Amino acid sequence: MKKVITGDHAVAIGAKLSRVEVVPAFPITPQTLIIEHIADFVNDGEMDAKFLTMESEHSVMSAAAAAEAAGARVFTATSSQGLAFMHEMLYATAPLRLPVVMVNANRTLGGPPGIWCEYNDSMGVRDSGWLQVYVEDNQEALDMVIQAYRIAEDKRILLPIMPCLDGFVLTHTVEPVEIPEQQDVDSFLPPYEPDVILDPARPAMIGTFMPAEYIMELRRQTAGAVESAKEVIQEINDDFAKRFGRDYGGLIDAYQMEDAEAALVTMGTVTSTSRQVVDEMRQEGEKVGLIKLRFFRPFPSEELKNALKDTTAVGVLDRSLSFIGGGQAFNEVRSALYGLSIPIINHLAGLGGRDVTEMQIRKMFELTLRAANGEKVKSVNWHNTRGETV
Amino acid sequence: MRIKDLPDENLFVCGHTACPGCGVALSIRNAIRILGKDTSVYVPASCAVVFGSTYPYGAWKVPFFHTAFENTGACLTGMQAAFEKKGKKVISVGFAGDGGTYDIGLQSMSGAAERNDDVLYICVDNEAYMNTGIQRSGGTPFGAWTTTTPVGSKVQGNRTFKKNLGEIVAAHDIPYYATLSIGHPLDFIKKVEKAKDIKGFRFLHMFTPCVPGWKIDPAKTIEVTKRAVESGMWTLYEVENGEKRITHKPGKMKSVKDYLMMQGRFRHMSPEDLKKLQGWVCKKWNLHYKEKGAPEICEIELPEEHHAVTEEHREMHGP
Repeated sequence: MKKVITGDHAVAIGAKLSRVEVVPAFPITPQTLIIEHIADFVNDGEMDAKFLTMESEHSVMSAAAAAEAAGARVFTATSSQGLAFMHEMLYATAPLRLPVVMVNANRTLGGPPGIWCEYNDSMGVRDSGWLQVYVEDNQEALDMVIQAYRIAEDKRILLPIMPCLDGFVLTHTVEPVEIPEQQDVDSFLPPYEPDVILDPARPAMIGTFMPAEYIMELRRQTAGAVESAKEVIQEINDDFAKRFGRDYGGLIDAYQMEDAEAALVTMGTVTSTSRQVVDEMRQEGEKVGLIKLRFFRPFPSEELKNALKDTTAVGVLDRSLSFIGGGQAFNEVRSALYGLSIPIINHLAGLGGRDVTEMQIRKMFELTLRAANGEKVKSVNWHNTRGETV
Repeated sequence: MRIKDLPDENLFVCGHTACPGCGVALSIRNAIRILGKDTSVYVPASCAVVFGSTYPYGAWKVPFFHTAFENTGACLTGMQAAFEKKGKKVISVGFAGDGGTYDIGLQSMSGAAERNDDVLYICVDNEAYMNTGIQRSGGTPFGAWTTTTPVGSKVQGNRTFKKNLGEIVAAHDIPYYATLSIGHPLDFIKKVEKAKDIKGFRFLHMFTPCVPGWKIDPAKTIEVTKRAVESGMWTLYEVENGEKRITHKPGKMKSVKDYLMMQGRFRHMSPEDLKKLQGWVCKKWNLHYKEKGAPEICEIELPEEHHAVTEEHREMHGP
């Protein structure tokens, strides 16, 4: 069945279809519609979950961790300041291997305050051990909530995961979305059956104090789980594609890359705009291509290297800034491509929710093409920013 | 349940690394014996995490969970929601310190209390941040030395009075709030048993001396709690569905000095400060124990000698 719904509504339906058992919730724009829809589902008897109205995001993630440790499938959602407020608890859930699924509606973080899309909220927690996937449209938002449970709860992984969707661009914008049938989701996603939980019949201690003699092995195990996730994500992507007919490509998705000279790496909704620009520039004879960077954790270093090794220049579009020059995606992509002797340049755009238009993306491709032709261009380029000339 | 009826099996077992005479360890061990094995425990950052659960050792024979400092209320809520969803009958119980309850954990505790979640919150109150090495909390009494309220030449000890947590908790209209003392075991057992059976948010407030933090003789843990109650520094009462009841009324009020002078943390107090604290205790005593129409009680025994702050004191209370 197709429904014309917002991204937040799609996410809420994804959680319902995943037969989530406990939902600790706290409002924050632009995520609030998600928990409102879930509250409606629960109070209308459509969803059999414990809906907990917590008093802060820190308590949301605390309750989520505890419920997950006690064996329940947990869902929640947050954004920006809320994600920052639960920062401490993100670092508890991942090493304790509690596969919570939490959607983050990307929103600018900190001062001066704003509510529109920027990635500086979720990028700040990229080293917490949580897996992160950035979606492009409302359909992918719904589908990734369902896939997220399969990935997170896989016994080879057991890590929390954060599907991220662009604030307002998706959260509050309606699109036609195909709603999967419950029985199809049930056959794709089995019930959560963890081995170690808080259970008086088989008492376990979770979260014990960990001396230096043991902690490094635990860190290594977490790192190993993040690494193993690459294979599992691909496997689950393919299984989902087979069952539901929608293939998102796994860790990355390549578009017009076969003979591309200049490639742009994008995340989230700007990918749709960029695809449009690729089509237009291809018609004009420019050999441009596009890589949609879906998963930021695990980071697809090998996949990117393989996909980009035959290009002559790479541009990376960032919607957030790391203060070592350029954005996080740029720095990590450049690190992944270490050893390839091709210029890699950074395009900063859309910070704080500023629109990223086709015209800007065309400029990004043009700059990347200039770099491809051997011209010296700046490594970090601010687009559509006062005081800058790009 | 009488003392001799307490189950022999300990669910918080020996081998833990708490100090001899630790009031927290005593309280936990006895509370969990009464609560029984169908219990799941959350402990926030505190000595109890270190002495009861340092990997690869564990003193708990019931499920144990720990993540952070300020979230006991929220973790109990989440844990209990999962048990309820799974149809399991388990008591979710938290053991949080005074710092984890009066201060950093107040919001999370208040959330769970206000929602009346079906959990048992136990505050083990040793009146300072002991795990980090004796720093002042909202539960620290007036005059007490801590490392953040040192005995200096200008300012001596904690200048504020212990926060009235009981009133704050009870104001949430919860089914049950009670204060307990390990020096009053019959009262202790009754209250834990009662809290075990009540549905909704229950709060047990346990007075738990800390040997190094209070600078007391490890053999005197029980005695010091008894003197706290006899002097009015700690009162034993319960608030059940809004009805307050004194569960143990001491005899004639004893001077607060008897209680204070057993402990190194108070030994520096000046006569003025002692008077001030005695005044506070008298007010509290009257609030709890005075019958309607009876005269107010205030007994002040001034110290026999003036305790000037000397180098010797400073050395004794040093870091």
